[in-house]
Amino acid sequence: MITIKLFPRVGSFAENKDLAREIRINEIIPALNNGKEVILDFSKVDSITQSFAHALISDLIRNYGDGVLDKISFKNCSETVKKIINIVVEYMQESE
Amino acid sequence: MKIHLPNSAWIGNIDPFLRSFDSSNTKRLEITAHKKWISVHPVILSMVAALGLKVGKSNIYCEKLEATSKHYLERMGLFKLLGLKSNIKVKEHESAGRFIPLTQIKDSQALTKFITEMIPLLHLEPKQVEPIRYIISELARNVLEHSQSDNGAILSAQYYKKSNTIRIGIVDTGVGIKETISKSHHASTDLEAIKLALTPGITGTTHKEGGTEFNAGAGLFFIKSIAKVNRDFFMIYSGKAMYKLLKDDSSKKQIKLYADSFKDKHSKNENFPFWEGTVVGIDLSLEATEQFSVLLDLIRNTYVKTVRERKKEKYKKRGARFI
Repeated sequence: MITIKLFPRVGSFAENKDLAREIRINEIIPALNNGKEVILDFSKVDSITQSFAHALISDLIRNYGDGVLDKISFKNCSETVKKIINIVVEYMQESE
Repeated sequence: MKIHLPNSAWIGNIDPFLRSFDSSNTKRLEITAHKKWISVHPVILSMVAALGLKVGKSNIYCEKLEATSKHYLERMGLFKLLGLKSNIKVKEHESAGRFIPLTQIKDSQALTKFITEMIPLLHLEPKQVEPIRYIISELARNVLEHSQSDNGAILSAQYYKKSNTIRIGIVDTGVGIKETISKSHHASTDLEAIKLALTPGITGTTHKEGGTEFNAGAGLFFIKSIAKVNRDFFMIYSGKAMYKLLKDDSSKKQIKLYADSFKDKHSKNENFPFWEGTVVGIDLSLEATEQFSVLLDLIRNTYVKTVRERKKEKYKKRGARFI
Protein backbone atom coordinates (compact mmCIF):
# COMPACT_ATOMS: atom_id res chain seq x y z
CA MET A 1 0.00 0.00 0.00
CA ILE A 2 1.22 3.49 -0.77
CA THR A 3 -0.06 6.83 0.46
CA ILE A 4 0.19 9.87 -1.76
CA LYS A 5 -0.15 13.17 0.06
CA LEU A 6 -1.62 15.71 -2.33
CA PHE A 7 -1.21 18.99 -0.41
CA PRO A 8 2.58 19.32 -0.65
CA ARG A 9 2.30 18.84 -4.39
CA VAL A 10 -0.84 20.71 -5.36
CA GLY A 11 -1.60 23.14 -2.53
CA SER A 12 -4.92 23.83 -0.86
CA PHE A 13 -6.74 24.38 -4.15
CA ALA A 14 -5.95 21.49 -6.47
CA GLU A 15 -6.45 22.77 -9.99
CA ASN A 16 -3.27 22.07 -11.93
CA LYS A 17 -4.15 19.20 -14.27
CA ASP A 18 -0.54 18.74 -15.31
CA LEU A 19 0.34 17.86 -11.72
CA ALA A 20 -2.66 15.53 -11.51
CA ARG A 21 -1.49 13.70 -14.61
CA GLU A 22 2.08 13.48 -13.30
CA ILE A 23 0.87 11.93 -10.05
CA ARG A 24 -1.31 9.44 -11.92
CA ILE A 25 1.36 8.40 -14.40
CA ASN A 26 4.39 8.43 -12.12
CA GLU A 27 2.90 7.18 -8.88
CA ILE A 28 -0.60 5.74 -9.04
CA ILE A 29 -0.23 3.59 -12.15
CA PRO A 30 3.14 2.02 -11.16
CA ALA A 31 1.71 1.20 -7.71
CA LEU A 32 -1.41 -0.40 -9.20
CA ASN A 33 0.69 -2.33 -11.70
CA ASN A 34 2.71 -3.69 -8.77
CA GLY A 35 -0.49 -4.90 -7.12
CA LYS A 36 -0.40 -2.22 -4.44
CA GLU A 37 -3.37 -0.34 -3.10
CA VAL A 38 -3.23 3.45 -3.26
CA ILE A 39 -4.41 5.98 -0.69
CA LEU A 40 -4.84 9.50 -2.00
CA ASP A 41 -4.60 11.74 1.06
CA PHE A 42 -6.34 15.09 0.56
CA SER A 43 -5.65 16.51 4.03
CA LYS A 44 -5.25 20.34 3.87
CA VAL A 45 -6.67 20.37 0.32
CA ASP A 46 -9.83 22.50 0.66
CA SER A 47 -11.06 22.20 -2.86
CA ILE A 48 -10.35 20.75 -6.29
CA THR A 49 -11.61 21.39 -9.79
CA GLN A 50 -13.45 18.79 -11.80
CA SER A 51 -10.65 19.03 -14.36
CA PHE A 52 -8.06 18.12 -11.72
CA ALA A 53 -10.10 15.15 -10.47
CA HIS A 54 -10.66 14.04 -14.06
CA ALA A 55 -6.96 14.21 -14.91
CA LEU A 56 -6.13 12.32 -11.71
CA ILE A 57 -8.54 9.38 -11.89
CA SER A 58 -10.62 9.18 -15.08
CA ASP A 59 -8.06 7.26 -17.08
CA LEU A 60 -7.65 4.74 -14.27
CA ILE A 61 -11.37 3.89 -14.44
CA ARG A 62 -11.24 3.86 -18.23
CA ASN A 63 -8.24 1.53 -18.42
CA TYR A 64 -8.62 -0.68 -15.34
CA GLY A 65 -12.42 -0.70 -15.13
CA ASP A 66 -14.44 0.36 -12.12
CA GLY A 67 -12.81 -2.44 -10.08
CA VAL A 68 -9.90 -0.04 -9.67
CA LEU A 69 -12.05 1.84 -7.17
CA ASP A 70 -11.52 -1.07 -4.75
CA LYS A 71 -7.80 -0.40 -4.95
CA ILE A 72 -7.86 3.36 -4.47
CA SER A 73 -9.00 5.12 -1.32
CA PHE A 74 -9.62 8.84 -0.89
CA LYS A 75 -8.64 10.01 2.57
CA ASN A 76 -9.26 13.23 4.53
CA CYS A 77 -11.47 14.73 1.82
CA SER A 78 -13.44 17.92 2.40
CA GLU A 79 -17.09 17.91 1.39
CA THR A 80 -16.26 19.73 -1.87
CA VAL A 81 -13.44 17.33 -2.72
CA LYS A 82 -15.69 14.32 -2.02
CA LYS A 83 -18.47 15.67 -4.22
CA ILE A 84 -16.24 16.49 -7.14
CA ILE A 85 -14.54 13.10 -7.02
CA ASN A 86 -17.97 11.47 -6.90
CA ILE A 87 -19.08 13.39 -9.99
CA VAL A 88 -16.05 12.15 -11.94
CA VAL A 89 -16.37 8.57 -10.67
CA GLU A 90 -20.05 8.52 -11.54
CA TYR A 91 -19.82 9.90 -15.07
CA MET A 92 -16.84 7.69 -15.84
CA GLN A 93 -18.87 4.64 -14.91
CA GLU A 94 -21.63 5.82 -17.22
CA SER A 95 -19.13 6.30 -20.02
CA GLU A 96 -17.97 4.01 -22.75
CA MET B 1 -10.03 46.98 -35.89
CA LYS B 2 -11.85 49.65 -33.96
CA ILE B 3 -13.18 49.37 -30.46
CA HIS B 4 -15.06 52.08 -28.61
CA LEU B 5 -15.28 52.11 -24.83
CA PRO B 6 -18.80 53.33 -24.16
CA ASN B 7 -20.45 55.20 -21.38
CA SER B 8 -21.94 51.99 -20.01
CA ALA B 9 -21.42 48.37 -20.99
CA TRP B 10 -22.10 45.48 -18.64
CA ILE B 11 -23.13 41.94 -19.47
CA GLY B 12 -26.80 42.85 -19.31
CA ASN B 13 -26.43 45.63 -21.91
CA ILE B 14 -23.30 44.49 -23.75
CA ASP B 15 -24.99 43.88 -27.11
CA PRO B 16 -24.67 47.43 -28.55
CA PHE B 17 -20.98 47.47 -27.56
CA LEU B 18 -20.36 44.19 -29.39
CA ARG B 19 -22.24 45.40 -32.45
CA SER B 20 -20.07 48.53 -32.53
CA PHE B 21 -16.83 46.54 -32.65
CA ASP B 22 -15.20 46.86 -36.07
CA SER B 23 -13.29 43.66 -36.71
CA SER B 24 -11.89 44.65 -40.12
CA ASN B 25 -8.17 45.35 -40.68
CA THR B 26 -6.88 42.88 -38.11
CA LYS B 27 -3.35 44.33 -38.18
CA ARG B 28 -4.26 47.59 -36.45
CA LEU B 29 -6.30 48.54 -33.40
CA GLU B 30 -7.93 51.90 -32.83
CA ILE B 31 -9.22 52.54 -29.32
CA THR B 32 -11.69 55.35 -28.73
CA ALA B 33 -13.85 56.10 -25.72
CA HIS B 34 -16.84 58.04 -24.47
CA LYS B 35 -15.83 61.64 -23.84
CA LYS B 36 -17.44 62.04 -20.44
CA TRP B 37 -17.61 58.77 -18.58
CA ILE B 38 -16.42 55.21 -19.18
CA SER B 39 -18.12 52.53 -17.14
CA VAL B 40 -17.44 49.02 -18.39
CA HIS B 41 -17.36 45.40 -17.30
CA PRO B 42 -13.89 43.84 -16.87
CA VAL B 43 -14.66 41.55 -19.82
CA ILE B 44 -14.53 44.62 -22.07
CA LEU B 45 -11.13 45.65 -20.76
CA SER B 46 -9.94 42.08 -21.27
CA MET B 47 -11.18 42.25 -24.87
CA VAL B 48 -9.34 45.52 -25.55
CA ALA B 49 -6.17 44.18 -23.97
CA ALA B 50 -6.36 40.92 -25.93
CA LEU B 51 -6.76 42.80 -29.22
CA GLY B 52 -3.92 45.15 -28.32
CA LEU B 53 -1.57 42.30 -27.52
CA LYS B 54 -2.52 40.63 -30.78
CA VAL B 55 -1.63 43.59 -32.99
CA GLY B 56 1.38 44.73 -30.93
CA LYS B 57 1.93 48.15 -29.38
CA SER B 58 3.26 49.79 -32.54
CA ASN B 59 -0.04 49.06 -34.26
CA ILE B 60 -2.29 50.50 -31.57
CA TYR B 61 -3.76 53.96 -31.89
CA CYS B 62 -5.39 55.11 -28.66
CA GLU B 63 -7.05 58.51 -28.73
CA LYS B 64 -6.41 60.89 -25.87
CA LEU B 65 -8.95 59.93 -23.25
CA GLU B 66 -11.04 62.71 -21.80
CA ALA B 67 -13.56 60.87 -19.64
CA THR B 68 -13.45 61.65 -15.93
CA SER B 69 -13.23 57.96 -15.17
CA LYS B 70 -10.26 57.35 -17.49
CA HIS B 71 -8.05 56.59 -14.47
CA TYR B 72 -9.95 53.31 -14.13
CA LEU B 73 -8.27 52.00 -17.29
CA GLU B 74 -4.88 52.95 -15.85
CA ARG B 75 -5.69 51.35 -12.51
CA MET B 76 -6.75 48.12 -14.23
CA GLY B 77 -3.37 48.05 -15.98
CA LEU B 78 -4.58 48.39 -19.57
CA PHE B 79 -1.79 50.68 -20.76
CA LYS B 80 0.88 48.89 -18.77
CA LEU B 81 -0.07 45.52 -20.27
CA LEU B 82 -0.03 46.96 -23.78
CA GLY B 83 3.23 48.84 -23.24
CA LEU B 84 1.58 52.22 -23.88
CA LYS B 85 2.16 55.51 -22.09
CA SER B 86 -1.09 56.99 -20.84
CA ASN B 87 0.06 59.97 -18.76
CA ILE B 88 -2.91 59.27 -16.49
CA LYS B 89 -2.11 59.62 -12.82
CA VAL B 90 -4.01 57.40 -10.44
CA LYS B 91 -4.97 58.63 -7.02
CA GLU B 92 -5.01 56.14 -4.20
CA HIS B 93 -8.46 54.67 -4.00
CA GLU B 94 -10.04 53.13 -0.96
CA SER B 95 -11.10 49.98 -2.76
CA ALA B 96 -7.88 49.75 -4.76
CA GLY B 97 -7.23 46.32 -3.34
CA ARG B 98 -10.46 44.81 -4.56
CA PHE B 99 -9.74 44.09 -8.15
CA ILE B 100 -7.56 41.89 -10.27
CA PRO B 101 -5.77 44.04 -12.84
CA LEU B 102 -5.49 42.91 -16.44
CA THR B 103 -3.26 39.88 -16.43
CA GLN B 104 -1.87 37.77 -19.22
CA ILE B 105 -1.46 34.07 -18.46
CA LYS B 106 0.50 31.99 -20.91
CA ASP B 107 1.18 28.70 -19.16
CA SER B 108 -0.07 26.28 -16.56
CA GLN B 109 2.44 27.17 -13.84
CA ALA B 110 1.77 30.88 -14.23
CA LEU B 111 -1.93 30.15 -13.80
CA THR B 112 -1.39 28.23 -10.57
CA LYS B 113 0.83 31.04 -9.26
CA PHE B 114 -1.74 33.63 -10.28
CA ILE B 115 -4.60 31.82 -8.53
CA THR B 116 -2.57 31.49 -5.34
CA GLU B 117 -1.61 35.15 -5.33
CA MET B 118 -4.93 36.48 -6.61
CA ILE B 119 -7.07 35.45 -3.67
CA PRO B 120 -5.68 37.93 -1.13
CA LEU B 121 -6.29 40.77 -3.63
CA LEU B 122 -10.01 40.28 -3.37
CA HIS B 123 -10.23 40.28 0.45
CA LEU B 124 -13.11 37.81 0.46
CA GLU B 125 -14.35 35.13 2.78
CA PRO B 126 -13.27 31.55 1.93
CA LYS B 127 -16.84 30.63 0.96
CA GLN B 128 -16.90 33.49 -1.55
CA VAL B 129 -13.47 32.69 -2.94
CA GLU B 130 -14.36 29.10 -3.83
CA PRO B 131 -16.48 29.69 -6.95
CA ILE B 132 -14.27 32.57 -8.12
CA ARG B 133 -11.01 30.65 -8.15
CA TYR B 134 -12.86 27.68 -9.64
CA ILE B 135 -14.16 29.79 -12.54
CA ILE B 136 -10.82 31.46 -13.21
CA SER B 137 -8.91 28.19 -13.14
CA GLU B 138 -11.26 26.30 -15.43
CA LEU B 139 -11.69 29.14 -17.94
CA ALA B 140 -8.01 29.99 -18.14
CA ARG B 141 -7.07 26.31 -18.51
CA ASN B 142 -9.57 26.04 -21.36
CA VAL B 143 -7.73 28.88 -23.08
CA LEU B 144 -4.30 27.35 -22.50
CA GLU B 145 -5.38 23.93 -23.75
CA HIS B 146 -7.71 24.71 -26.61
CA SER B 147 -7.32 28.25 -27.94
CA GLN B 148 -3.91 27.85 -29.64
CA SER B 149 -3.38 31.53 -28.91
CA ASP B 150 0.20 32.77 -28.60
CA ASN B 151 -0.99 35.36 -26.14
CA GLY B 152 -2.74 32.95 -23.77
CA ALA B 153 -5.57 34.14 -21.55
CA ILE B 154 -6.20 37.78 -20.71
CA LEU B 155 -8.23 38.24 -17.58
CA SER B 156 -9.38 40.86 -15.14
CA ALA B 157 -11.92 41.13 -12.34
CA GLN B 158 -13.46 43.81 -10.21
CA TYR B 159 -15.42 43.82 -6.98
CA TYR B 160 -18.40 46.23 -6.90
CA LYS B 161 -19.33 47.27 -3.40
CA LYS B 162 -22.77 48.64 -4.21
CA SER B 163 -24.03 45.42 -5.77
CA ASN B 164 -21.67 43.18 -3.73
CA THR B 165 -20.68 41.49 -6.96
CA ILE B 166 -17.49 40.22 -8.53
CA ARG B 167 -17.33 40.64 -12.30
CA ILE B 168 -14.82 38.62 -14.25
CA GLY B 169 -13.69 38.65 -17.88
CA ILE B 170 -11.47 36.05 -19.53
CA VAL B 171 -10.61 36.48 -23.19
CA ASP B 172 -8.41 34.94 -25.85
CA THR B 173 -7.66 35.61 -29.48
CA GLY B 174 -7.19 32.00 -30.48
CA VAL B 175 -9.01 29.73 -32.90
CA GLY B 176 -12.45 30.05 -31.31
CA ILE B 177 -14.97 27.49 -30.10
CA LYS B 178 -16.22 26.34 -33.50
CA GLU B 179 -12.79 25.21 -34.67
CA THR B 180 -12.05 23.49 -31.35
CA ILE B 181 -15.36 21.67 -30.98
CA SER B 182 -15.45 20.70 -34.67
CA LYS B 183 -12.47 18.43 -34.17
CA SER B 184 -14.86 15.87 -32.68
CA HIS B 185 -18.41 17.13 -33.20
CA HIS B 186 -20.42 18.63 -36.01
CA ALA B 187 -21.16 22.32 -35.56
CA SER B 188 -22.21 24.24 -38.64
CA THR B 189 -22.40 27.65 -36.93
CA ASP B 190 -20.63 29.47 -34.11
CA LEU B 191 -23.81 29.36 -32.07
CA GLU B 192 -24.16 25.60 -32.48
CA ALA B 193 -20.54 25.24 -31.38
CA ILE B 194 -21.18 27.35 -28.27
CA LYS B 195 -24.24 25.26 -27.46
CA LEU B 196 -22.20 22.07 -27.74
CA ALA B 197 -19.37 23.51 -25.63
CA LEU B 198 -21.86 24.28 -22.85
CA THR B 199 -23.28 20.75 -22.89
CA PRO B 200 -21.93 18.44 -20.18
CA GLY B 201 -19.64 15.73 -21.51
CA ILE B 202 -18.99 17.35 -24.90
CA THR B 203 -15.35 18.16 -25.64
CA GLY B 204 -13.51 18.97 -28.83
CA THR B 205 -10.87 16.39 -27.97
CA THR B 206 -13.03 13.29 -28.54
CA HIS B 207 -16.55 12.22 -29.46
CA LYS B 208 -16.48 9.50 -26.77
CA GLU B 209 -18.43 9.73 -23.53
CA GLY B 210 -16.12 10.32 -20.60
CA GLY B 211 -13.72 12.40 -22.67
CA THR B 212 -10.02 11.72 -22.79
CA GLU B 213 -7.52 11.30 -19.97
CA PHE B 214 -7.23 15.08 -19.84
CA ASN B 215 -10.59 16.52 -20.91
CA ALA B 216 -14.13 15.69 -19.94
CA GLY B 217 -16.06 18.53 -21.54
CA ALA B 218 -17.43 19.67 -18.22
CA GLY B 219 -15.73 23.01 -17.53
CA LEU B 220 -18.13 25.42 -19.21
CA PHE B 221 -21.18 23.53 -17.99
CA PHE B 222 -19.91 23.86 -14.40
CA ILE B 223 -19.32 27.59 -14.87
CA LYS B 224 -22.68 28.26 -16.48
CA SER B 225 -24.22 26.27 -13.60
CA ILE B 226 -22.46 28.41 -10.97
CA ALA B 227 -23.98 31.50 -12.62
CA LYS B 228 -27.39 29.86 -12.95
CA VAL B 229 -27.57 28.75 -9.34
CA ASN B 230 -26.54 32.19 -8.15
CA ARG B 231 -28.93 33.83 -10.64
CA ASP B 232 -26.15 35.80 -12.27
CA PHE B 233 -25.17 36.85 -15.78
CA PHE B 234 -22.82 34.71 -17.88
CA MET B 235 -21.86 35.37 -21.49
CA ILE B 236 -19.78 33.59 -24.06
CA TYR B 237 -18.89 35.12 -27.41
CA SER B 238 -16.91 33.39 -30.14
CA GLY B 239 -16.84 33.93 -33.90
CA LYS B 240 -20.06 35.73 -34.76
CA ALA B 241 -22.17 34.30 -31.97
CA MET B 242 -22.90 35.25 -28.41
CA TYR B 243 -24.87 33.29 -25.82
CA LYS B 244 -25.96 35.11 -22.70
CA LEU B 245 -27.42 33.46 -19.63
CA LEU B 246 -29.91 35.95 -18.25
CA LYS B 247 -30.71 36.56 -14.63
CA ASP B 248 -33.50 34.32 -13.47
CA ASP B 249 -35.37 36.29 -10.85
CA SER B 250 -37.87 33.57 -10.07
CA SER B 251 -36.41 33.26 -6.59
CA LYS B 252 -39.30 31.21 -5.28
CA LYS B 253 -38.83 28.45 -7.79
CA GLN B 254 -36.32 25.72 -7.19
CA ILE B 255 -33.35 26.13 -9.52
CA LYS B 256 -33.10 23.51 -12.22
CA LEU B 257 -29.98 22.94 -14.27
CA TYR B 258 -30.33 22.05 -17.90
CA ALA B 259 -27.82 20.22 -20.05
CA ASP B 260 -29.27 22.14 -22.98
CA SER B 261 -28.26 25.74 -22.39
CA PHE B 262 -31.02 26.95 -24.71
CA LYS B 263 -33.57 25.80 -22.10
CA ASP B 264 -32.14 28.30 -19.61
CA LYS B 265 -33.43 31.87 -19.67
CA HIS B 266 -31.03 33.34 -22.20
CA SER B 267 -30.49 35.57 -25.20
CA LYS B 268 -28.45 34.71 -28.25
CA ASN B 269 -27.25 36.37 -31.40
CA GLU B 270 -25.21 35.02 -34.28
CA ASN B 271 -24.68 38.18 -36.27
CA PHE B 272 -22.13 40.03 -34.21
CA PRO B 273 -18.79 41.18 -35.66
CA PHE B 274 -16.42 38.23 -35.88
CA TRP B 275 -14.35 37.66 -32.74
CA GLU B 276 -11.37 35.49 -33.53
CA GLY B 277 -11.13 33.58 -30.27
CA THR B 278 -13.39 33.40 -27.26
CA VAL B 279 -14.73 35.92 -24.76
CA VAL B 280 -16.27 34.87 -21.45
CA GLY B 281 -17.80 37.23 -18.92
CA ILE B 282 -19.48 36.38 -15.65
CA ASP B 283 -21.02 38.24 -12.72
CA LEU B 284 -21.06 36.63 -9.31
CA SER B 285 -23.21 38.15 -6.63
CA LEU B 286 -21.54 37.49 -3.29
CA GLU B 287 -24.77 38.07 -1.45
CA ALA B 288 -26.52 35.20 -3.14
CA THR B 289 -23.59 32.79 -3.25
CA GLU B 290 -25.14 29.40 -2.75
CA GLN B 291 -23.10 26.87 -0.89
CA PHE B 292 -20.72 25.40 -3.42
CA SER B 293 -21.54 21.90 -2.19
CA VAL B 294 -25.26 22.42 -2.90
CA LEU B 295 -24.36 23.43 -6.41
CA LEU B 296 -22.23 20.31 -6.82
CA ASP B 297 -25.21 18.10 -5.93
CA LEU B 298 -27.25 19.76 -8.66
CA ILE B 299 -24.43 19.44 -11.18
CA ARG B 300 -23.91 15.80 -10.33
CA ASN B 301 -27.56 14.93 -10.93
CA THR B 302 -27.79 16.80 -14.23
CA TYR B 303 -24.43 15.66 -15.51
CA VAL B 304 -24.88 11.97 -14.86
CA LYS B 305 -28.46 12.00 -16.15
CA THR B 306 -27.30 13.67 -19.36
CA VAL B 307 -24.49 11.20 -20.00
CA ARG B 308 -26.83 8.29 -19.27
CA GLU B 309 -29.51 9.58 -21.64
CA ARG B 310 -27.01 10.30 -24.39
CA LYS B 311 -25.59 6.79 -24.04
CA LYS B 312 -29.09 5.27 -24.14
CA GLU B 313 -29.85 7.25 -27.27
CA LYS B 314 -26.64 6.09 -28.90
CA TYR B 315 -27.35 2.44 -28.20
CA LYS B 316 -30.86 2.89 -29.49
CA LYS B 317 -29.33 3.96 -32.78
CA ARG B 318 -26.99 0.98 -32.76
CA GLY B 319 -29.67 -1.66 -32.12
CA ALA B 320 -29.38 -5.13 -33.68
CA ARG B 321 -30.66 -5.36 -37.23
CA PHE B 322 -32.94 -8.37 -37.75
CA ILE B 323 -33.74 -9.34 -41.32
